[in-house]
Amino acid sequence: MTELAQTSTGLTTTDAQQLPTSRVTAGERIATLAQRHGALAVLMLALLGSALAFPSFASPDNLAGIAIQSSTLIIIALGMTFVIISGGIDLSVGSVFALGGVLAAWASQWGTLPALLLPLAVCAAIGLANGLIIARTGLAPFIVTLASLLGARGLLLAVTHEGSTTYLVPRDSVLLDIGRGTLLGVGYPVYIALLLCASGAVLLQRSRYGQATFAIGGNEDAAALMGLPVARVKILTYVLSGLLAGFAGILNAARLGSGVTILGVGLELDAIAAVVIGGTLLIGGAGSVSGTVCGVLLLGVIQNVINQIGNLTSSIQSVVSGAFLVVVVVTQTYLSKVRRLR
Amino acid sequence: MTTEISRTARVDLDRAALTRYVQDFGVYAAVLALLLFNALFTDNFLQVANLRTQLVQVAPVVIVALGMALVIGSEGIDLSVGSVMALAAAVIPLYLGFGMWPAILMALVVGAAAGVVNGTLVAVVGLQPIVATLALLVAGRGIALVVADGQLKQIRNADLLALGSGEFLGLPVVALIAVALAVVVGLTVQYTTYGRQLVAIGGNRPAAHLAGLPVRRVLVVTYLLSGVLAALAGVLATARLTASDPSAIGNLIELSAITAVVVGGTPLTGGRIRVLGTVAGALLMQLLRATLIKHNLPDSTAQMVEAVIILVAVYLARQRRTR
Repeated sequence: MTELAQTSTGLTTTDAQQLPTSRVTAGERIATLAQRHGALAVLMLALLGSALAFPSFASPDNLAGIAIQSSTLIIIALGMTFVIISGGIDLSVGSVFALGGVLAAWASQWGTLPALLLPLAVCAAIGLANGLIIARTGLAPFIVTLASLLGARGLLLAVTHEGSTTYLVPRDSVLLDIGRGTLLGVGYPVYIALLLCASGAVLLQRSRYGQATFAIGGNEDAAALMGLPVARVKILTYVLSGLLAGFAGILNAARLGSGVTILGVGLELDAIAAVVIGGTLLIGGAGSVSGTVCGVLLLGVIQNVINQIGNLTSSIQSVVSGAFLVVVVVTQTYLSKVRRLR
Repeated sequence: MTTEISRTARVDLDRAALTRYVQDFGVYAAVLALLLFNALFTDNFLQVANLRTQLVQVAPVVIVALGMALVIGSEGIDLSVGSVMALAAAVIPLYLGFGMWPAILMALVVGAAAGVVNGTLVAVVGLQPIVATLALLVAGRGIALVVADGQLKQIRNADLLALGSGEFLGLPVVALIAVALAVVVGLTVQYTTYGRQLVAIGGNRPAAHLAGLPVRRVLVVTYLLSGVLAALAGVLATARLTASDPSAIGNLIELSAITAVVVGGTPLTGGRIRVLGTVAGALLMQLLRATLIKHNLPDSTAQMVEAVIILVAVYLARQRRTR
């Protein structure tokens, strides 16, 4: 029970058990379940349907392909999950992702360690700047991270001589092994992404910091009055988001073998969409890492199926993703209305 | 004792007055300062051809930003404007066979439909504006590309091309349309029932609802207007480009439009709409970029300077709320 009560969805379950009629409890339970595990259920259905419709879909190679394609977005969306649960938003992740990749490729000429540390340090600094400005001045996260979206893109252009230079990762770099190596047919980045998500889930559910994030996203004033270190938690959240976006950039550069300058435009919107599809409320205070993973994988499956159909263009994919987003969010809103009415 | 208090009070008052002064007129002063700087230090800046280029370039952003200002005034946001521009651009070649006006009309109808979808999701279903319009941002450009078959189409209709490159009284038609729209939107916000209701709803939605205002209808109309203005910007940009290019048109214009609105002094929290400030905000960002480019500063520096300007503008605007 204590674990349930930690999230806001859990709190309503507690309320429900005090209500007398069983009909109310049942309806609410279904609503709660659908909201918490809806993404997982839809993902299962999508996987099953795709496997039945396209024989080549369920092949190990294809599934591993989906996994590796989704791995970078999973890492970015993990950071976004923390930010959105805390009641904020981070629009800068797309630019930071691109910047991380370029810096990693640039620094890889001096060895693997600089190629990891330089981008992480710069991206953490951008996250720190976001967090400091948001927490100390009270400016809207939307605008602050919009500014750092531009700023990070500018920094990327400055590093690459206005986008004209594409840095290559040296042939003998360990970075390439990390990006391209496979274990049991699945690329290393997939394992790294899963490991990060597992740590992220533990951090969110079991740590003092994670609980404070939920509390601040649920009601910032109340959290401040309870004595939670609101500013510190927020700053840490944006640093985490910057770090993860930068790390996703490093992994991507390691896989591609170069720091491609034009990547990551609009990626923040994919990440937000995945997080929202995963059942994290955009108003903050509720959400889960597992939902986000399901959300990213769902987008990946949609993309893969549309590629399988073949004669459909990739523009259909964005139509389907957009429609999907609406359906999910409308359902979510309806479900939480059901819960509120009870 | 009393003099002490009155003295600090006066200092506070002066500072408050100064802050308010900067907030109200800062963006205009910045535009004037940039113009003056360029007139003195930039070669060929005051030439008619250059000024005309600046006006033509800024016009679509101004038109989109006018709609965005209305939406932000309602405490919302419209991320879908770039995709709506692409939709409008994709629709034009389909109907251009009937002549220019039917084509433009259809483009505007499509923009209005997109706006109604956004408005319904926000006002009736109760979604957050960011998510509701994010969906159309993702899907809209996809639909536009499907409609246009993913191809760039040349525009050969003389009337439409004249709209893009024509002049009236020595000024580009595109810029004149933007000015006319700014005047209309400004008057609408100030003097119509709809405008007053919009500001009231943006200021305090529950209070506006309790006061009996038609909250849903006003919000739907607001997103509809934003959609129509974005579609019009798409038409004009297509005419100027002499081609319908749904994959590139209006890309990231939502960020420019939001920047123009915010720099112009409209708070993101709603309840206040500064139309003239929005126009000045768009001009400021355009002039800033032009100045940096003309002085051979690279694009990277331009973007970083823009980021700082946005933060400073929002920081200055923030103090209004606390006072």
